[in-house]
Order: sequence, then C-alpha cells, then structure tokens
Amino acid sequence: MMVGASRLAAVEAPGSAGAAHKIHARLEGVTRVYPPRAGHAEVHALGPISFDLRAGEFFSVVGPSGCGKSTLLDVLAGLAVPSAGTVEFEGKRVLGEVPDGVGVVFQEDASFPWLTVEDNVAFGLRRSGVDAAEIKRRVDFAIGFMGLRDFRCAYPSQLSGGMRQRVCIARTLVLQPRLILLDEPFGALDQQTRLLMGDELLRLWRETSATVLLITHALDEANLLSDRIGVMSARPGRFLDIVETGWPHERDSRLAERPDFGAVTARLWSYLRAESMRAMGQGSGQGSAAA
Amino acid sequence: MKKATWIRAVVLIGAVGALEVACRTGAIPATMVIAPSAMVVALGKMLQSDEIGEHIEQTLSAVAIAMVLSIVGGFAIGFILNWIPVLRRAFNPFLAAYYAIPHFAFYPLLIVIFGLGSTPLIVLATLFAMVAMIVATMAGLDRVPRVLLKTARIHRLSLLDEIWRVRLPAAAPHLLSGVKLAVAYSFIGVIAGEFILSTSGIGHEIAYAYDNFDNPRMYALILFVLAIVTSFNMAVYAYERRLMRRRGT
Repeated sequence: MMVGASRLAAVEAPGSAGAAHKIHARLEGVTRVYPPRAGHAEVHALGPISFDLRAGEFFSVVGPSGCGKSTLLDVLAGLAVPSAGTVEFEGKRVLGEVPDGVGVVFQEDASFPWLTVEDNVAFGLRRSGVDAAEIKRRVDFAIGFMGLRDFRCAYPSQLSGGMRQRVCIARTLVLQPRLILLDEPFGALDQQTRLLMGDELLRLWRETSATVLLITHALDEANLLSDRIGVMSARPGRFLDIVETGWPHERDSRLAERPDFGAVTARLWSYLRAESMRAMGQGSGQGSAAA
Repeated sequence: MKKATWIRAVVLIGAVGALEVACRTGAIPATMVIAPSAMVVALGKMLQSDEIGEHIEQTLSAVAIAMVLSIVGGFAIGFILNWIPVLRRAFNPFLAAYYAIPHFAFYPLLIVIFGLGSTPLIVLATLFAMVAMIVATMAGLDRVPRVLLKTARIHRLSLLDEIWRVRLPAAAPHLLSGVKLAVAYSFIGVIAGEFILSTSGIGHEIAYAYDNFDNPRMYALILFVLAIVTSFNMAVYAYERRLMRRRGT
C-alpha cells in the first residue's frame, strides 16, 4: 500500500521556501461580495481574509452556518472569483479557473449516475493524454484504496451515501492532487460512517502527503483530523483565530480518548458559541443568503 | 409486476375476444366493425398486393423526416433557450400556450404555401412534435444538478466536453421522454394531415376506404398504423427502461 501511495504522492516543493513551513496556497485580503439581486440587498459573504496554507498540512475551517465557509473554498479552488484580494496556489495566481493539482470533494453526491464506479473514478483521466496503462494503474489503486474493489461495475444508485462519497474521493485521487479541498464531504452521512471516513481521510492524507483543507461544521471532526483549525466568524466570514492542535502525524479516531482532546473542542466552541448565536439572529432577520 | 402483466393480458385478450364473438354472432353488424380475425386476414392480403406499398412508404418517410426534424430542431432550440435566459423569458408564454392551438386548422394554409404533397404534411407534423421536444430539453437541462457542473469545472472540461460528458447524460431521461412524445406526435401529425386533405398516404387510404364503405380495408389499415406505432414506441420504451434500470430509478 505504501509503495503505491508514494508513487501517487505528488507534492513538490512550492517555489517560496525559506520559512519554517513551505507555503502551498496563500490568500491575501480576499473578499467576496454578492451583488444585489432582485429583492435582495448586496451580501458581503466573506472576508477580508488572509492566511497561508502550509504544504502538507491538514487544515480545517469551522464556523457558524452561512459564514462563507463554502465561498472560501470556491474562491480557493478557482470556482469563484474574489471581489477583492488575491489567491495564489504554488506561487501562481488563481483566476477563475481551477488550477492543475487541486482536487475538490463536495457535500452533495457528485457521482455520475450513468457511469459505473470504475468509469466514475476514471472520469478525469479520459482524454487527458494519460496513457491507458497508467489510467488503469491509477484507477485500480484509487478503487482499492477507497475499499471499492467489490463495486467496480456497480452504478452509484446501488451504493450507500458513504460509498458514493468514496467514489468521489477516489475520482479526485486519480488526478494526484497536491491540494485536496473538501466541502463538508461527510455532512450527509451518519455519525458512525463519519468517524470511519475520518480515519480513511487521515490515512489518505498521510499516504499521499497532499495538503488538505476541510470545511466542516462538526467541531470534534475538525479537532480530530486537523493540524490547524481556522475558526470563522459569522458573516462576513473572517478568521477569529487559527488553533494549532499539535496532534501527532500518525493519528486516528482513538485520539478522542486523550484528556487534552476535549480542551481543544471546548476552545473551538467558546469561540463559536457567540458567533453561532449571532448567525442565527442574522438568519431570522434577513432570510438566508448564499452560504 | 407479474400480476399487473396478467391483468393487462386478460383485459386485452378478453376485449379482442369479446369483439370477435360479437361480430361473429352478428351482434355487431359487419357494416360497423368487422371481426378482429377478419382484420388480420384483410391486412395480410393487403400487404401482399403491391398497391399499398407506396402509400406506406410515403407516410413512413414523411413521419421519419418530421421525427428527425422535430427531435434535432427541438433539442437545438431547447438548448439555446436554456442557455440564453432572456430568450427563454421572451418565448416562454408561447411555449406554455402552444398546445392550446388547433394545429390542423392551419393545414389548408400550409397547402396553399407548400402545395399538395408531402411537404405540408412534414411541416405540420414537425410543428406539432417539435415543441414537446423543446420543452423536454429545457426541463432536462434545468435539472442537471449544479454539483455535477461544478465537478465538470474541477476536471477542467472544455465547454463541448462539459456538454457532451456531463450535461447531456444528466439530462438524458428527460430528453428521452421528449423523443417519445416527438415520435408519437410525428405519426399523429402526418396521418391526421393525410386524413384531411391528401392524395396518397396511409391516412388518405383510410379516409378513402371509409368513404367507400370498404370496411375490411379500413380496419386493416387502422390495425397496421396501430402495430407500427406500438412497436416503435415499445422499442424506445425498452431502451429507456434499460437506461433507467442502470441508474436505479
């Protein structure tokens, strides 16, 4: 498994070295404002926000609902253009296009219902210039890695929600992303499945040595998985603090048994309690706007 | 499922059998309806003689042309209206009210414009069938989940690839129901048009037989139309079922 993983790993040293941590992606003064639309005032969804994503770290973003977490991810992925500020990935500006080397997994089921598991996973490699043998090798590896070997020829409708999410992760994995963005990927799953998927995510992160940014609303999940956790304020979303967890690199869900685990969650909650109440007040006053 | 099939078979066989008995015993006079078995015999005889061939050929080729025009054109127009929201907002009321228009009332006008022949029939059937395809295309494209389009962007697909590999397959179930309607409406358009005013074609032959009290011929032709339309629709239906079973819906 490790052999295959190291072949799959693809993090190269990004241009800007020198500091203690190599910077993989950088946001500077990023703001996102949705222009006014019929019946709605302008919505200031995000920022200004500035932070550096370190190469190879597991970074989570938590925040009250509607605080712009997903907007942050869209901007970082190049799916949305910031209203102000700049986004850089591996030293290059991200401008309205998803850069090579970035993989994204969404909360909603994004598997293609008309393709088998195998064809879903291979989707991004078809017509990409990668030769057939290499496609087969990568697809086999990703399918095995995500535990989908028995379901290669199944269609998504024959799989559970957790399995479909694995298909989407495998589909991202074959592209050998150096930065993986996850937008509440387990949000629709039950608690037990979430915990197991969390462990798999950690394994994937370790074995691919990619940088991971996870958006979540589950504080325990953020705590368990992350090296650092960005706590966002109610809209317009800004980072109130970035919490370093200091967990060992080799970790899994048993981390939750440690006595200091609860302290980190408590710290996150102390930030978020007031913000969530603010967000709820906002929500009932203005109606829900873009998340 | 199995039970439903049984019920359907029993009702169908029972109805045909009852009609057979009623005709054979004289409860229904032969001047009104002929026995189903006599229809089949008449149809067999008619197909063996050559004179019906050209009518069948003319009708089916007109239907085929109308079908292709309405499916391809309807898809293209539906796609453009979906792509350009302003155009869609402009034309939506027309589309909504379209099937309230009695199209066949315009058939004489089409003959004045295009002359007597298969052109006005094809135009009539295309006008009749195309809007169903337009509406189905728009409905299908509207319902492509946004997350799939986002996924296409993440895979950095070109616009053409996005359409071909994501939008179309995602919209396929709706497109297929549009195709089914377009097929049925093309048949209706051509045959009904031939009924009203035409010098040849299956519809004209049915009307001609009717005018001449030629019941065996009329019922044989009706049976023929029924068989053709049913088998065509069943083929599309079988394809659709196969497609849907894969998707588990």
